[in-house]
Amino acid sequence: MFSQFLQLFLAGVAQGCVYALVALGFVLIYKATETVNFAQGDLMMLGAFFGLTASAILGWPYWAAILFAIVVMAVVGMLIERIVIRPVLGYPTFTVVMITIGVGYILRGVVTMVPGWGTETYSLKTPFGDAVLRFGGAVLAMEQLATIALTAALCLVLYLFFRFAKLGVAMQATSQNQLAAYYMGIPVQRVNMLIWGLAAAVAAFGGILLAPVAFVHSNMGFIGLKAFPAAVVGGFGSVPGAVVGGLIIGVVEALAGFYLPEGFKDIAAYVVVLVVLLFMPSGIFGETARKKV
Amino acid sequence: MTIPILQLANVESNYGPVQALRGVSLSVAEGQIVTVLGANGAGKTTTLKTISGIIAPLKGQVKFRGADIQGHSPDTIVRAGIVHVPEGREVFPLLSVEDNLRMGAFIRRDADGVAKDLEAVFGYFPILRERAKQEAGQLSGGQQQMLAIARALLARPALILMDEPSLGLSPKLTKEIFDIVVRINRERGVTILLVEQNAHMALKIADFGYVLEVGRIVMEDTGAKLAEKDDIKEFYLGMKAAGTRGARRWKKKKLWR
Ligand SMILES: Nc1ncnc2c1ncn2[C@@H]1O[C@H](COP(=O)(O)OP(=O)(O)O)[C@@H](O)[C@H]1O
Ligand SMILES: [Mg+2]
Repeated sequence: MFSQFLQLFLAGVAQGCVYALVALGFVLIYKATETVNFAQGDLMMLGAFFGLTASAILGWPYWAAILFAIVVMAVVGMLIERIVIRPVLGYPTFTVVMITIGVGYILRGVVTMVPGWGTETYSLKTPFGDAVLRFGGAVLAMEQLATIALTAALCLVLYLFFRFAKLGVAMQATSQNQLAAYYMGIPVQRVNMLIWGLAAAVAAFGGILLAPVAFVHSNMGFIGLKAFPAAVVGGFGSVPGAVVGGLIIGVVEALAGFYLPEGFKDIAAYVVVLVVLLFMPSGIFGETARKKV
Repeated sequence: MTIPILQLANVESNYGPVQALRGVSLSVAEGQIVTVLGANGAGKTTTLKTISGIIAPLKGQVKFRGADIQGHSPDTIVRAGIVHVPEGREVFPLLSVEDNLRMGAFIRRDADGVAKDLEAVFGYFPILRERAKQEAGQLSGGQQQMLAIARALLARPALILMDEPSLGLSPKLTKEIFDIVVRINRERGVTILLVEQNAHMALKIADFGYVLEVGRIVMEDTGAKLAEKDDIKEFYLGMKAAGTRGARRWKKKKLWR
């Protein structure tokens, strides 16, 4: 009974890690440019395809494939900012949002046209295989444990980066007061471009972690529809909030899928959003109350 | 005579259809404190924004140490040695005081020099050392103004543009801050272009002053002489000249505002 719960919980946390990583991308970009990037899920999908290519097609080791996907996606993110986002800055938010939706569509379309990718479904091999860890009566998949450990490691790296690195602090500064950043000689546009790169790289990491569980497919980016609520639950605009929100939704979903009637799993994310927003209108880590006037 | 550190020649700047500067010419000699006085809406802030590259002028030149800088990006201009302390402080509210100061030094690579300047700045504003770990948004208005000036100093500028540092501060705090501005000018040799509505304080510390009215310079002289002029006394220093009739005063005042 308890071991079953533990297994479900762990699966939920692992799935939640992926939501968290995609949600993190939403938040980073939102804080920097006040734009919701609806292509975030598709960036994750594209990252997974690059990881797949390096690992399954080129035969690179798992870790090299991760690194490859992250680097390529960072460049893709920066190019998207430079080519389609920067020219429409200052236009109504609606315009920018439409453009990100368009970018998502294009990425999905392009992936199906690439020879070797197409509309097939692939699975990405990890070094963990089917290994399990027995804990009490519970059987815990190594893959899930690895997903959790890797996400935690990435979060730690990001925390240290934002807290201590000059560029990380400058990214925070730019999203808090863009005009002041200009006054300090921070190259704001370049910083925003780097944030898009970072968001895409984090999404790629999520895609690779998701790949062994959910298979690589051109439509896997629709997971963004669950990561978005995760960002909202955390208080859109809060980095730790995105992580916590992702984990909550992952766990609730996993438990709902087992203990509640069929169908609840799919709406669990939105039920969580409704409940949380009812009691905390600006999300768990909402900053609106503390923002300057 | 040496070339001025900063020179504006017939600068015109606009916000869309609104022309805010209609040909501003002024020059700032190295090592001095120069003030630009003017009523609300005269174009003082726009002048500073045009110098620091936030706004590109429609026409005219901005020369820094003899080289054209008009229309250059703000980060190029900070690197060249001009830092703007904006109206309303504009600190990074959720960053600590210390991180705000670090951002002032964003363009610098000399960690040792930055550490030294940080000490120097804490010397001018001891309260900032006490509050180093606090979020800047939690500081009082006066402390935020000190932070904004300190942050600018960390870029190690040759010229600081200061936009109404006295705004919203008590006379006592204003005096405190102006005293430090003078010290910074004397001790660190930083040239200061100070924009103010508080003419009284500004003229006291300025070597030279300009009066800006609806986007044009209408008067210029040494600080001491400007303080003696009747118009300045009347409209900026609030001293009513004997015998001036109310109606005339009102009419003139309207022109200034
Ligand atoms: N962002 C803006 N958009 C449109 N007009 C502006 C803007 N900022 C200032 N102005 C106009 O430009 C003129 C000069 O403004 P400003 O330079 O801020 O004056 P000051 O700093 O002397 O009070 C004013 O008429 C003001 O209304
Ligand atoms: Mg102003």
